[in-house]
Amino acid sequence: MRFALIGQPNCGKSTLFNQVAGYKAETGNFSGTTLTFTESKVRVLGEVVNLVDLPGTYSLAGSNPAEREVLHYLAFHEIDVVINVLDASHLAQGLNLTLELMELGRPLVVALNMMDEVARLGMTIQGPQLEQILGVNVLPLIASKGRGVRGVFTTAMAVARAGVSPIRMQYNHELENAIASVTDQLNTTAHNSPLNPQLMAIKLLEGNAELLKRAEADAPEIRLVIDAIQKEVLATQGQLAIWALTAERHRHAGEIKDTIVSHGPPRITKRDYIDKVLLHPFWGYIALAVILWLFFQIVYGIGNLVEQPLLSAFDALALLAAQWIGPQTFGAQILTGVIQGIAGGVAIVLPYLLPFLVGLGLLEDVGYLPRLAFLVDALMSRMGLHGKAIVPFILGYGCNVPAVMSTRLLEEPRDRFLAATMATLVPCAARLAVVFGLVAFYLGPQIALAIYVFNLVVIALTGRLLSSTLPEGAPGLIIEVPVYRLPTWKTVAHKSWFRIREFIVEAWPLLIVGSVLLSIFDRLNLARWLDMVVRPLTWVLGLPAKVGVPLIFGIFRKELSLLMLRQALNVSDFSAALNPVQMITFTVFVVFYIPCLATLSVLRRELGQRDMLIIAALTVVIALVAALLARGAAILFM
Amino acid sequence: MIEKQLLEVSIGQTIRVVRVNGGEKLENKLRQLGLLPGNCARKVRQAPFGGPVLLEIDGRSIAIGRGIAAKIQVEEENSECDSH
Repeated sequence: MRFALIGQPNCGKSTLFNQVAGYKAETGNFSGTTLTFTESKVRVLGEVVNLVDLPGTYSLAGSNPAEREVLHYLAFHEIDVVINVLDASHLAQGLNLTLELMELGRPLVVALNMMDEVARLGMTIQGPQLEQILGVNVLPLIASKGRGVRGVFTTAMAVARAGVSPIRMQYNHELENAIASVTDQLNTTAHNSPLNPQLMAIKLLEGNAELLKRAEADAPEIRLVIDAIQKEVLATQGQLAIWALTAERHRHAGEIKDTIVSHGPPRITKRDYIDKVLLHPFWGYIALAVILWLFFQIVYGIGNLVEQPLLSAFDALALLAAQWIGPQTFGAQILTGVIQGIAGGVAIVLPYLLPFLVGLGLLEDVGYLPRLAFLVDALMSRMGLHGKAIVPFILGYGCNVPAVMSTRLLEEPRDRFLAATMATLVPCAARLAVVFGLVAFYLGPQIALAIYVFNLVVIALTGRLLSSTLPEGAPGLIIEVPVYRLPTWKTVAHKSWFRIREFIVEAWPLLIVGSVLLSIFDRLNLARWLDMVVRPLTWVLGLPAKVGVPLIFGIFRKELSLLMLRQALNVSDFSAALNPVQMITFTVFVVFYIPCLATLSVLRRELGQRDMLIIAALTVVIALVAALLARGAAILFM
Repeated sequence: MIEKQLLEVSIGQTIRVVRVNGGEKLENKLRQLGLLPGNCARKVRQAPFGGPVLLEIDGRSIAIGRGIAAKIQVEEENSECDSH
């Protein structure tokens, strides 16, 4: 059996999925976090069921990728029951989709989620009455607390076994006639539609291009018939068929809501009070600065605290292991490489990434990210993007891998490319290790901060330049700003684990391979040759030839460029081998040049080989220019 | 009733959407959020420096970038405006 979870963005659908399926879908108080569907096997009443979590969608009209995906999935997969999750505190909006789902002609169960929110708002909902009106089972649910989950699934199982489909809502007389004419036409041409003929008729009237192509393949004349009927609808309804149908559903949903919902005394919600400050034209930005500052302070505070002791422990372990096998042997070197690879992940990346992801998860679940998008939209639009692109940007400070993945929430390919390019220029936790370990340690935190500010300026300029060369992007920001929710530790922990796993699976193995390769190179004495290959670059930057190998291996793992610098220069104190200008030049170059292997692999997956190569090449150019500028400035001022 | 751009309306004002001048794709997107011609909304706030407009529609808050807001023509209504 297969159950499908469907709902509008932010209705708590993924939260429900995670309650039953363990952590597979990413949830957030942010619209459109589920961009590809996730399937999981769950046990309901002793039977194993495939549960699929479809992307959040406002309707089935197919006007954006997520909607098309949902409609496509519903059309081409065997589904025994559709579980429609609704945010009960925004019932009218949610019922629009429910009415569309009833047209599917598949067994349907409605779960009214966020009943706690409803109670808080002083609303009461007559569930049984809704059941009667829709002719569908309606169940209360508080997915975030796991309440009502069992009821939803056992009812869904019963409905699936019974196999009874709901009867769809009736449109007005003229629209019903139009639907009937198209349905007749479809029936006579005996095509093999994946959808039931009536729904197919409705979607064709709405002007669904993909389905029209399919229908035309069976019966080329269908386009003319539909054109004619659409014109007729325009004449009788005074608007396009798609609007007329939507308006009818909208009206119907509003009527249902008015019948079953009664409001308690209206009151100003907490949300209004909080937003008055957090979205204030002045205080909102102060609050934003304070929140982000605190966020980074805490992340770096925790990371710093843990990094050094862990690194020392691993160093000691590597030494011990080498002695045990016999120092200077090939095996010892390989083993040291493996240990250093593991250490890079445990001691350098995870101490920053873990608190970062937990903090981000909290901000996300509270509902701050859309507000952040609201506040920074004006700034981002000067870089050719809109407010939503702030998410990959912020994620980039933890690790570029999830940052690039998160560009999926942007609709336009152009915006995704732009946001991904900018995200890879954001110094991740590993590059932070270089900035802190070299510049902050030897030259002071002010200069490290200056590098971060310089980085922001370069990213902004890059965004501006790139966006002016690319065609016009999405028209702008459209985002729902949800109510504040108290995050539960369970969802935040699960979410953080889900994202950490991306790092562990995608990036870590590459770190270890890189370390081992390095040991082999070292053993075979290949370093000199590699240094020669990149000598033109290091020469232009005024750096010693020996930094060539660290730079090349920085592509495997960014922090390697620092760790290896020690071996390459054969010093324990960097200031003995590099002067301050060289330190700054080196660090700036490391901050910008080619993203690490793990990021490259994600870029390829998300944007394709061509864009990955373009971005990689672009970063080298940017790094070179930025490093030369920094070098010039350093020579002038130091 | 005087037709205005959404951007020109003062904060706190209830409005009724008259027209969206932005092509089918944009209309579709706004339609999903309940911002279709004939429907009511309230302008809650507007971010500074050319930032987005925050609208309240059916109890939901939707932020709309300045570029899009400029394409939405509205009429001012009294606060009793009813969408249905």
